[in-house]
Amino acid sequence: MKLDPNKKLDIKELLKDLESYRPRRRGWHWRDGRNEKRTVGDFEYHETSEGLKNYVPLPGSRGFNYIDPQPDCVITTEIASGRFEDDIRRMRMAAWHGADHMMVIRTMGQSHIDSLIEGTTQGIGGIAVTRKQCRATRKALDMIEDEVGRPINFHSYISGVAGPDIAVMFAEEGVNGAHQDPQYNVLYRNVNMVRSFVDACEAKKVMVWADILQIDGAHNANATAMKAWKVRPELMVQHAINSIFSRKIGMKAENIALSTVPPTAPPAPRMRIDLPYAVALRDFFSDYKMRAQQNTKYMESDMREATVTHTLDLMISRLTGADIQSTITPDEGRNVPWHYNNIAAISTAKQALNGMDGLREMIKLDREGPLGDEVRELKERAVLFLEEILEVGGYFKAVENGFFIDSGYYPERNGDGIPRQIDGGIGVGMIFERDKDYFAPVSVHYGYNNIPAEFKKASDAIGGDTFEDSSKIVYIDELDEYDNVNTRLKELDKYYDTNIVKPEVEWRADGIVATTIFLPLDERTAEFAAIKCGEKLGLEDVTVAHKQGLHPSEGTIVEIKGKVKFDIDISELVIPEKVPVLSEEEIRADVSAKPMSVVAATVGNDEHSVGMKETLDIKHGGIEGFGIKYLYLGTSCPVEKLVDAAIETNADAILASTIITHDDVHTKNMSKLHDLCVEKGIRDKVMLIVGGTQVTNEIAVEAGMDAGFGRGTHGIDVASFLVKRRREKQ
Amino acid sequence: MAVKRADDYQTRREHLKNLSDDELKKRFWELAEKVVEPMLELGYKNTTPAIERSVLLRMGFSSLEVKPIVEGVMKKGLMGKGAGNVVWRLSKKLGVSVREAGIGLSDGKYWDEVDKLF
Repeated sequence: MKLDPNKKLDIKELLKDLESYRPRRRGWHWRDGRNEKRTVGDFEYHETSEGLKNYVPLPGSRGFNYIDPQPDCVITTEIASGRFEDDIRRMRMAAWHGADHMMVIRTMGQSHIDSLIEGTTQGIGGIAVTRKQCRATRKALDMIEDEVGRPINFHSYISGVAGPDIAVMFAEEGVNGAHQDPQYNVLYRNVNMVRSFVDACEAKKVMVWADILQIDGAHNANATAMKAWKVRPELMVQHAINSIFSRKIGMKAENIALSTVPPTAPPAPRMRIDLPYAVALRDFFSDYKMRAQQNTKYMESDMREATVTHTLDLMISRLTGADIQSTITPDEGRNVPWHYNNIAAISTAKQALNGMDGLREMIKLDREGPLGDEVRELKERAVLFLEEILEVGGYFKAVENGFFIDSGYYPERNGDGIPRQIDGGIGVGMIFERDKDYFAPVSVHYGYNNIPAEFKKASDAIGGDTFEDSSKIVYIDELDEYDNVNTRLKELDKYYDTNIVKPEVEWRADGIVATTIFLPLDERTAEFAAIKCGEKLGLEDVTVAHKQGLHPSEGTIVEIKGKVKFDIDISELVIPEKVPVLSEEEIRADVSAKPMSVVAATVGNDEHSVGMKETLDIKHGGIEGFGIKYLYLGTSCPVEKLVDAAIETNADAILASTIITHDDVHTKNMSKLHDLCVEKGIRDKVMLIVGGTQVTNEIAVEAGMDAGFGRGTHGIDVASFLVKRRREKQ
Repeated sequence: MAVKRADDYQTRREHLKNLSDDELKKRFWELAEKVVEPMLELGYKNTTPAIERSVLLRMGFSSLEVKPIVEGVMKKGLMGKGAGNVVWRLSKKLGVSVREAGIGLSDGKYWDEVDKLF
């Protein structure tokens, strides 16, 4: 199966022959071409990697010939809709925007299931991570990485009471990265602590074989602690425990990534708190990789606010270094992430990282002042924390004493940590001492293994295990007759490859739309008035996604979401034909044989000039490049002046730009231009062209113009029209 | 038990304050290493149902097949031998393939034979 950019990924095709699909590679992939200078478009970049074959550049790239420089760090997006068949489509969109680390969140409660689970049941807040879902997703990502031209890392979680089982399945299915941290199980999932660490030994050993990159779970302390910045010394301790524990099991340092989050957010003076922490961490953990996560702890439902916080997170990444830049969708404070908010988060990262390319070559962190003092203090506090763990009798005793997630700034203690008992938690009593003749006939195993003398290696006893002979892997398709992908596909069959479409944000045809409403009301009244607005608009299940009072009585902004009740039949849409343009050569030949000149300006009280300049300027592929001469009269030009200039220079055409649409001023200007040309007797001779972001050809023609050009117009569109129209007039 | 304590950083740090940054880092990692030693030891000496299931998965059994095998091994008090070991020895004793032996156990067969394996 090969993807065609103009066709949707065929999920039904993807699901065929899954039982025999094998991943084509193992292991983590860092971006290629880092640490070298690179020219992209007009610029030299110092912190980028190789570009993509297919991509969607940032909107602002229009001014830079649509370049899409790819930052040096891996960029993560977390996808968690509960239906993997919809997640896959989102992953494809994310890859085109620059994500190469697809992190799949597990469904609620999976960490407490003492086994692998199978099939494609629908998840809550994530998917059931099963062999079938992993295999189908990996298969899709294999195609998507060919389409964009860059390897994509697939990632999920090796935690809970089935850690070793999941590690094996991930190794077999070509999963490239995973969260693995026994402390996470202990503190947040109440898994028995001995069980958690013993299981982790085997899981990590398997990860080593499969070259899976590990991310730890320390960032959860940020999210759990009442005051996230107080746990900074503890975070360093948690990172250290998991890192050194993994090293001792055989994991290489470059496969160990710290999950680190700048702990605060504005209005806190975050740079003074979060920057020293980031520096201290990178000092102590210089051998390891940094997975920079974005702050979620202080996120509310305001996406603008979240984006600013995340941009500052990215500044810390650029100032201190990040190997993996994770992204949090700006809507995480309101709902499970929507398709386009994954893209928004990836774009925020790409945009900020591009913008701060090479920043550290010009700005140095000054360690002589408060930064250095704070860094030193944090490190000492972390050392003191480790000292006390050993003083009380080790890690398990420390956990029993509630050392972790205490809200005090260590060594301050508020007595509100999360205590766990060594003989408590899920999976307690499930630890069995290995006898002298214990034997595990597999090629990868941690700890004592009494391999019978007749075998060179343990797995010889069984003629090789699944890591050596993948044909031994047993694939289970579905276990639940009703709750599976086939049922879901059947239910939504109407929307697959048909003319019928429905808006969606998360799942195919979920019908959800969002709209922004300002009401001149207080917050409480506005909330209910907004819901009424949604209902009157015909939406079902209307809820408020976000609200913010702008003044106690003057007004409130409310964002609502709801479901539409209708389908759209795209075969019934009236879509104007896209006008084919002449070739560059044909236009040049025509203009060369018969010269053409135009006068141009932004009309009315309008200071916008970018679009017009791009239409004219040779450098931006404007009409000048085809030999057309132009006289540019600037912005806020009266219509009269423009018409007079056309008469004076004997121009073939007038190009008027009009961006402002307030009170329909744009169409009024068009009519005025037409009327004036008629009055002056030149309308038959002069072609009238208008352009602007809100202009369409239909509006323009109705207002008496020869043509109108809207958003996304290039010089060649205008030049081609001018040449064709002139031919018609002859 | 969880304690409450005012921030005594200034007095606690006395022995650290004259360490160089490199010495402090070295100390940090030495302490961390000491903290994890007992856990590595526990991992070396012990096994769990999840570890044994992961062994059986790699021996070519499905997640549905491995669960009853490990539960049976626990019931027989043979976890210390290793569930994979039980299946392997059984296959040798019966002269059948590892897969056949494991499927049998999974289906509730051969458990009487298991008693005679060790």
